[in-house]
Amino acid sequence: MKLFGLIWANLFRKKTRTLLTLLSLISAFLLFGLLQAVSNAFSAGADFVGASRLITQARVSFTQSLPMRQLTQIESVPGVAAVSFQQWFGGIYQDPRNFFAQFAVDPDRLFAVYPEWKLSDEEKQRFRTIKASAIVGSQLAKKFGWKVGDQVPLESTIWPTQDGNKTWTFEVAGIFGGIDADWESRANLMYLNFGYFDEERQFGRGGAGTFSIRLKDTDKASSVAAAIDSIFENSPDETKTQTEKDFNIGFFKQIGDIGLLVNYVLFAVFFTILLVVGNTMAQSVRERIPELAVMKTLGFTDFTVLMMVLSEAFLICALGALIGMGFAASLLVVASKSLQLPLAPGDATLWLQALATAFALSVAVGVLPAWRARTLKIVDALAGR
Amino acid sequence: MSKTLIQLRGVSKSYTRAKQSIQVLDKLDLDIAEGEFLALMGPSGSGKTTLLNLIGGLDQPTTGSVNIDGTPIESLSSNRLAAWRARNVGFVFQFYNLMPVLTAERNVELPLLLTNLSAAQRKKNVAIALEVVGLSDRAHHKPKELSGGQEQRVAIARAIVSDPKILVCDEPTGDLDRKTADEILRLLQTLNTDYGKTIIMVTHDPKAAEYAKTQLHLDKGRLVEAAHA
Repeated sequence: MKLFGLIWANLFRKKTRTLLTLLSLISAFLLFGLLQAVSNAFSAGADFVGASRLITQARVSFTQSLPMRQLTQIESVPGVAAVSFQQWFGGIYQDPRNFFAQFAVDPDRLFAVYPEWKLSDEEKQRFRTIKASAIVGSQLAKKFGWKVGDQVPLESTIWPTQDGNKTWTFEVAGIFGGIDADWESRANLMYLNFGYFDEERQFGRGGAGTFSIRLKDTDKASSVAAAIDSIFENSPDETKTQTEKDFNIGFFKQIGDIGLLVNYVLFAVFFTILLVVGNTMAQSVRERIPELAVMKTLGFTDFTVLMMVLSEAFLICALGALIGMGFAASLLVVASKSLQLPLAPGDATLWLQALATAFALSVAVGVLPAWRARTLKIVDALAGR
Repeated sequence: MSKTLIQLRGVSKSYTRAKQSIQVLDKLDLDIAEGEFLALMGPSGSGKTTLLNLIGGLDQPTTGSVNIDGTPIESLSSNRLAAWRARNVGFVFQFYNLMPVLTAERNVELPLLLTNLSAAQRKKNVAIALEVVGLSDRAHHKPKELSGGQEQRVAIARAIVSDPKILVCDEPTGDLDRKTADEILRLLQTLNTDYGKTIIMVTHDPKAAEYAKTQLHLDKGRLVEAAHA
């Protein structure tokens, strides 16, 4: 600690250079924080649901509907506790930027398979009995200021009504929440009454996009999935059944492997930063070789000098990491509030990852200059050789 | 009669430069008494600085022994030699070699960072050293805010702050005007007479050498002449 002042002073000997380097590091770690949060948001959606449910989709693509007759066959498979079905609606509320997911579902089956959603009995009853009704997640209701009884018009991008109109209007029958904070934070979607939707849509009647299956025993997920798929093997409607987590991962991969993309971007960013900071460190040590020689003259050992240079590298990298991650966390708090996205500002693990990255970076950029400082010969350095 | 503090026996030093071996010091024997103020003189390339580096423990002889206050420093490891230098030798250079990022007092404190002294004790010792060199009022100034003479005084304060027995000065007035040089030399004289420091000073300047008690002349790595004040 006695040497901290000296290390700090040396770090800022060329203020402009250090600040510019620090700025590059801050930008890199800002990107690290933001991209990891996006990547985590995608994988958290997949991780969150776990493996307690299965999703059955058409083998070819989840965009292809499955016939409703499969429902009872799936229900008869041993190990299946409950089955629900859903159809993607793809509606726009006022403006495409107001995106949120809507699924047409059977009111009773939904809650049998997703007991994590909470809705009062009275509201469930309204959802069952009012034909053109929908229930909305609490987050969504908060965002748009909806309350029970409101009429919500949706412009479907897929489904026209019988008379060719693509505008559907649903009455808010209830506002559902989650059983805990996690589920509550994800209550930002809308469920439509499937009976009304199926009756009114112009095409595709009697079909559902996917089936959701609640398992009696989560350990038997793969055998139940295999049993379901084997029923429909070689039929015109072959199925693909997987855990809800795998289904979500597959869904997100439709728009690219986010994790892989994030890793590629971060690799490119940190490789560039490595060169920038490495150059700064090398230059910084090169221009004070005589000073390092004087320090050794005064009695500083080779090891102490080596550690001082490495500490400088770590200090600047750690500073960049902390400030960059701090900015990222602040931005994510603002973004998650304004965009209603589950962008967490980063947990302790992410911060530790950032610090570990800073440490690895500092070793990579500091080791050569530090070794040069360690091995310099006093008499040669003082003589300018 | 003062006791011998520094004893060199059969010291030779050779360097290899551009694949050529250069003999800088040649079987040199030298005794320096405690409390001596010695001026080493001689033409460029005569081996003055090399001899100074050997006495200061910055370099090691090719052959021969350098015994300082009972310690054969030529046999010390790099780390032990560093610790020995920190305890026993203060260095003063021609171009001061202060840390530009540190204030005068922080520059003077540098050698004390290697000790177990508390921050308060370090501060006290630094204040005393700066007082000895007459720069108490410049403690918070950085080197670029000081004149050459003041910088050299800070360097001297840094050299004496850990109270070493020996001061090794390489052309300490080489970068100063006559008046300032005389002030610095008088300061060194005071450190020698009043504080008992043994001083070995390399200089080209005969006037500077006159401040020393003894002058030694080197030529081609050998001692050729001695004069006593």
